[in-house]
Amino acid sequence: MASYGRRWDALYAWLDERLDLTAIGKIAQKKDVPVHRHTIWYYLGGMTLFLFVVQVCTGMLLLIYYRPSADEAYESVQFLMAEVQFGWLVRSIHAWSANLMIFTLFIHLFSVLFMRAYRPPRELTWVTGMGLLGVALAFGFTGYLLPWNELAYFATRVGTEIVGVFPVVGDFLLRVARGGEDVTGATLTRFYAVHVAFLPLLTTAILGLHLYLVQKLGMSVPPRVEREGGPAGRMKFVPDFLMRDLVGWLIALALLAALAAFIPAELGTKADPFAPAPAGIKPEWYFMFMFQTLKYLPAHIMGIEGDVVGILGFGLAGLVVLLLPFLDRRTARGEKSPLVTWLAIAAIVFIIVLTYLGYTMSPTA
Amino acid sequence: MAENQSAPPVASRRRFVDWLLGTSVGGLVAAVVYPAARYVVPPASAESAASSVTLPFSPDDVEPNTGRIFKFGSQPGILVRLASGEFRAFSAKCTHLGCIVQYRADLSQIWCACHNGHFDLNGHNVEGPPPAPLPDFEVNVRGDQIVVSRGA
Repeated sequence: MASYGRRWDALYAWLDERLDLTAIGKIAQKKDVPVHRHTIWYYLGGMTLFLFVVQVCTGMLLLIYYRPSADEAYESVQFLMAEVQFGWLVRSIHAWSANLMIFTLFIHLFSVLFMRAYRPPRELTWVTGMGLLGVALAFGFTGYLLPWNELAYFATRVGTEIVGVFPVVGDFLLRVARGGEDVTGATLTRFYAVHVAFLPLLTTAILGLHLYLVQKLGMSVPPRVEREGGPAGRMKFVPDFLMRDLVGWLIALALLAALAAFIPAELGTKADPFAPAPAGIKPEWYFMFMFQTLKYLPAHIMGIEGDVVGILGFGLAGLVVLLLPFLDRRTARGEKSPLVTWLAIAAIVFIIVLTYLGYTMSPTA
Repeated sequence: MAENQSAPPVASRRRFVDWLLGTSVGGLVAAVVYPAARYVVPPASAESAASSVTLPFSPDDVEPNTGRIFKFGSQPGILVRLASGEFRAFSAKCTHLGCIVQYRADLSQIWCACHNGHFDLNGHNVEGPPPAPLPDFEVNVRGDQIVVSRGA
């Protein structure tokens, strides 16, 4: 027993000499988290990160069987689901984890917004976070097409057509996004490359910066808590906060397994570029509120095509959210900014109502 | 003259070298980025020259009050047989966001499932978000062949 301990110490000393583990340990010891009544929201970022790691692991496994061509993609996923041992589990977890990740990401975004954690000096943390949201949505959009089924095919037709709506550069962007005039096998290989190589690299870079900033600047305390005299105390990140994180991740993993087992990912019918769009066509749920809004817009608004107005509107809203730390001068000055809170609540209500309508309205009405 | 002497020649030489280095690095970056950017843009595909197609099914295969999708070059078209037996053909690409439309026998209309757009049997957008009518084709029935061609 003693010799085992001594050997372990010797190994640690050898590594420490080369890697300076003690310095890393000191940083970990120094890191702490403020404790107050909103501390629970600090777990959402870590939860999103955990689900992203699940995506990387299951994604690597899916690559082993997936074939990125219009002739083989659907069949390879079918084979994976039906023949490969636990293939259904890996794909279902990938699909569910993607959805949960977007969900926790949105909650993370809104909790950060309500707690005004984007105020100086954390503007760049917010901007990189918005970058990660963009990357996550791009992951979802490109990944949705890969099984090459009917639903995904038409969702991609509509989604890429939206790019074409932008004035002047629209047609060009549409061709680049599709790899041609139409959604074809060329679109599939393009989306595949973006999904498994471009976006992971981009994510690594932005996520690295995001985590560095969180580490560098520490956790933000909401202004309201600060006005009431600051947090009650601080919790050590290692091990106190990390252990609580782990419990959350364990629950998320159990939830993923349960969802994958009881509601496995569907495949549907193979995409046919010469078949009418099926009734009940729908995008991923996190695009649903935009999709539904486009249904309600009239053909023309003040002489401009309705969908152009809608899409430019969403683009503008996204830009406002991205630049929020620079637009919200009141919070930056340490004043209250109820307008931001009300706009955020209005946005949440809008998203929930339109998403609800998207799923409950009869598609033929 | 005196000014020229007081300015150390090293600074201007340094500036020149910096400028040379800067433009070289800029040129190098451009030489790498330009081909990569052009690579991402797909090559232009030849415009479908076909001005008419003979459909792979005969008039008897299409019941009155039904519709059928056909290929017009690389583009989808929709052939509708009215209750009266008359044939009409349109582009099947919805003018809203490009989904493929279908014939709704219950409404006697052409319908797009994506955003609930309706077109009448002249291809006019009558309800929902589509901003323009469906382009129409000419239909000629020659014996048991249906020939669809672009309008003159």
